Amino acid sequence: MPTRPEKVYYFGTCLIDLCFPQAGMAGIELLQREGIQVVYPQSQSCCGQPAYNSGFLEEAKKVARQQLKAFPKDYPIIIPSGSCGGMLKHHYPKLFANEPEAAEAQRFAGRVFELTEFLVKVLEVRLEDRGQPIKVTWHSSCSALREMRVIEHSKSLVRQLKNVELIELQRERECCGFGGSFSVKQADLSSAMVADKVADIEQTGASLLLSGDCGCLMNIGGALKHRNSPIPAKHVAEFLLERTQ
Amino acid sequence: MTQTTVDFPKNFKKALGDGQLRRNLRAAMDTLGLRRRTLFSDPEAFEQLRAHGDAIRRRALNKLPELLEQLERKCTENGIQVHWAETPAEANQICLDIIQRHGATRVIKGKSMVSEEMHLNHFLAERGIEALETDLGEYIIQLDHETPSHIIVPAIHKNRDQIARLFHEKIPNTPYTEVVEELNAIARQVLREKFFAGEVGVSGVNFAVAETGTLCLVENEGNGRMCTTAPPVHIAVMGLEKVVERLEDVPPLLRLLTGSATGQLITTYFNMITSPRKPGEKDGPREVHLVLLDNGRSKIWADPELRQTLKCIRCGTCLNHCPVYTRLGGHAYGYVYPGPIGSILTPQLEGLDHAGTMATASTFCGACEEVCPVKIPITDILRRLRVESYNKVDTPNAVKGHGYKVNAAESLTWKGWALSNATPWVNALNAKLLSLLGPQLPKLPEPNIVKKWTQSRALPPFAAKSLHALVKEKGIADE
Amino acid sequence: MSNARANILTRLRAVASQNTAATTEPAAPLEAELGRADKIARLKRLMENMHAEVIVTDSRNWTAALKELLRQRSLNGLLCAPTTLIGTTLAESWESDLPPLVGYTEAVEQSKERLFTIDASITSTKGGLADVGALILWPDANEPRLMSLAPALHIAVLEAAKIHSSLAEAMRREHWAEGMPTNALLISGPSKTADIELVLTFGVHGPKELIVLILDD
Repeated sequence: MPTRPEKVYYFGTCLIDLCFPQAGMAGIELLQREGIQVVYPQSQSCCGQPAYNSGFLEEAKKVARQQLKAFPKDYPIIIPSGSCGGMLKHHYPKLFANEPEAAEAQRFAGRVFELTEFLVKVLEVRLEDRGQPIKVTWHSSCSALREMRVIEHSKSLVRQLKNVELIELQRERECCGFGGSFSVKQADLSSAMVADKVADIEQTGASLLLSGDCGCLMNIGGALKHRNSPIPAKHVAEFLLERTQ
Repeated sequence: MTQTTVDFPKNFKKALGDGQLRRNLRAAMDTLGLRRRTLFSDPEAFEQLRAHGDAIRRRALNKLPELLEQLERKCTENGIQVHWAETPAEANQICLDIIQRHGATRVIKGKSMVSEEMHLNHFLAERGIEALETDLGEYIIQLDHETPSHIIVPAIHKNRDQIARLFHEKIPNTPYTEVVEELNAIARQVLREKFFAGEVGVSGVNFAVAETGTLCLVENEGNGRMCTTAPPVHIAVMGLEKVVERLEDVPPLLRLLTGSATGQLITTYFNMITSPRKPGEKDGPREVHLVLLDNGRSKIWADPELRQTLKCIRCGTCLNHCPVYTRLGGHAYGYVYPGPIGSILTPQLEGLDHAGTMATASTFCGACEEVCPVKIPITDILRRLRVESYNKVDTPNAVKGHGYKVNAAESLTWKGWALSNATPWVNALNAKLLSLLGPQLPKLPEPNIVKKWTQSRALPPFAAKSLHALVKEKGIADE
Repeated sequence: MSNARANILTRLRAVASQNTAATTEPAAPLEAELGRADKIARLKRLMENMHAEVIVTDSRNWTAALKELLRQRSLNGLLCAPTTLIGTTLAESWESDLPPLVGYTEAVEQSKERLFTIDASITSTKGGLADVGALILWPDANEPRLMSLAPALHIAVLEAAKIHSSLAEAMRREHWAEGMPTNALLISGPSKTADIELVLTFGVHGPKELIVLILDD
């Protein structure tokens, strides 16, 4: 872990860029509030994971190279997603293992931090809850759980909020069925998985679903909306910011 | 071997619609997972143990040609006759020749996934030889003319009512009972007669020790011991990757296998066979044969990444922890090896053009890798198979059936995607277009992909302003 | 004659020659070494969990313990090895109200019927494993393999001094790799299955009951 830096890069992810910019902004504001200067390279785009997971390595590399270029200085790279974070941190070194960028990808990977991990371990943030009492539940994205291993950090931030009761899912460790192209290539399987996830969420009695990954939120949130559930799905950064300002 | 093409979408739909199947599976997989967690309750100790298991398997594979020759030499010295087979057809013929040489028509079998891969029972039945499965689960599914739906618990898709009905209908003079103990007793009685009369015993092999020429079998029921002890001839069939170098490699693998499979510290029996009956000994087979089957393994082995597939010790725990397997069961996969291990092994054995869909049946959630006792990088290999599905070039290590998915539409889509995401101004333009067109998407005639998404989910909203645009407005630095 | 062997080995060798990267191997995890009393207690507890009956006795009293066990049951005979210490000890003091001692004296081809119908057997053991709770058996000409498998009740005599901490330790201390027997067995309880709905039931194909007499002298 680095010592508290002056500046950090922010990697917004393509999904947040297009569909959930308010979650991305919330992450930036949480960092700024701690006195950190946030740099957002406009030349960033997608981590390359969609192509990487679909079998199109050259296309993934092409896009990944653009990110290596977009974040040239040695600032920590903060990313409000376990999934895209896992791509940058764990898969870039593999993707470029036999390429001229191998060493660069390694160094790049070493600078990547998931947002809540950075808030907890580097900035040691203390949150003061200003919201009304609420019951929430938490969905762990598989990559945040198994690749980035940051779930405890995310949940510890939620637990700092004194009026928030966190009710855990019965199958918190089970995938929601998103899996990128899986959700459309194996639509039936994916639907079955997200239906079980929704049922698990509903049995908690929580009035809000939180997660640190917008892919899962798009999937589960979309499924909740599809069945007219009153439970919204929200990125944890947005929730933390709302509760504390 | 005859290749069948599996209709995956149809199978998957059918399995997902079978509520009974899903309940049976879910309950069983939860129990197996819990038992495993209880046994490996100390994560640090487990990591240490599996690092050791991984190293043992990697070492064995790195020395594979030497170890196979050493195994052959040692077995031969011990009096075990070793046979090599490149294909299931060759392996079946070897078994048939041995059986016929002894004039045998009654074969009793212990559980063996390789024999399933060979479709040995079917092959023998066509030649008038009864090959009877004696593991209780295997016996149940054989009665119902099914194949195993799980590597370790082959009849787990059935509940006791279904088994009760099956026994009542298929075993003469059997009253209907749903009491598990009574069902067990029925099977015991039928099978004891078979053990008594069996002329040839067939088994698999869990580990073959090159150092001593020893075949190791892991089991709880005693049927494996029966098949390898009571008949005058024993044929053991194994995939050639099952060899380990030294006897001392066995204890850690045994612990990993039983712990991962069923959460047991050890099974009831661990059976180590090093020779046929020696002069003066009163029982045990007079002939022991070992059939080493390749069936594509040496090709898998040639590639350093794919080779890791062969570390597998067939514990089945990746099935138990897989969100896809637990919703489908084994039959939907259509091939012998289901679940995560099946999804990396089967496309390599059968060809991507036949079984490539299995590699797409994963969200890369990584639950399988987290529990794999020999650290097989399952998700990396799945990704590799997806890459190979679009790989036109016939390199020596290319996976069988590679390039089967090559198509212009998909290639173009990804090329366009890459261009956009590697070119900031195109990307910015795209974002603007999507924010404008996004709200109109549901009104457009639905492309297939949107339809698939919306079968169970609302479409995601495209934001009026992208994050790129928002941060610019807020004056956040761009350096 | 097929060329399978040559073909397979040629394929493997072609690659092996290009690929000689040595791998480093982590050390084997350390095993706990237990004292004698702990070993007995652990083996007993674990085997009892697996539905074996474990009786701690000693070399002067074990026959009496055995006879008591046998008198509680109605058995058609007790299969034993007449020439071993167990066999001769039993023969010396056998009593008429006990099930008759039956020797496994002929090859299985001549005695299969008897082996599959006799109710009980008694064998020695080569040792035990404390960490997992199991017996080690190396069947031989005197105590053949089916003795511990075919009868519904298997009684095993285990000398406490022969209980090892683990399988790895037993293999190492006794130099198994230098000469494996025809058949070596680990047995942790009576035969069992969970193939129907994962419901654990005992006594499927092998013995329904396992009784271990530990001689703790």
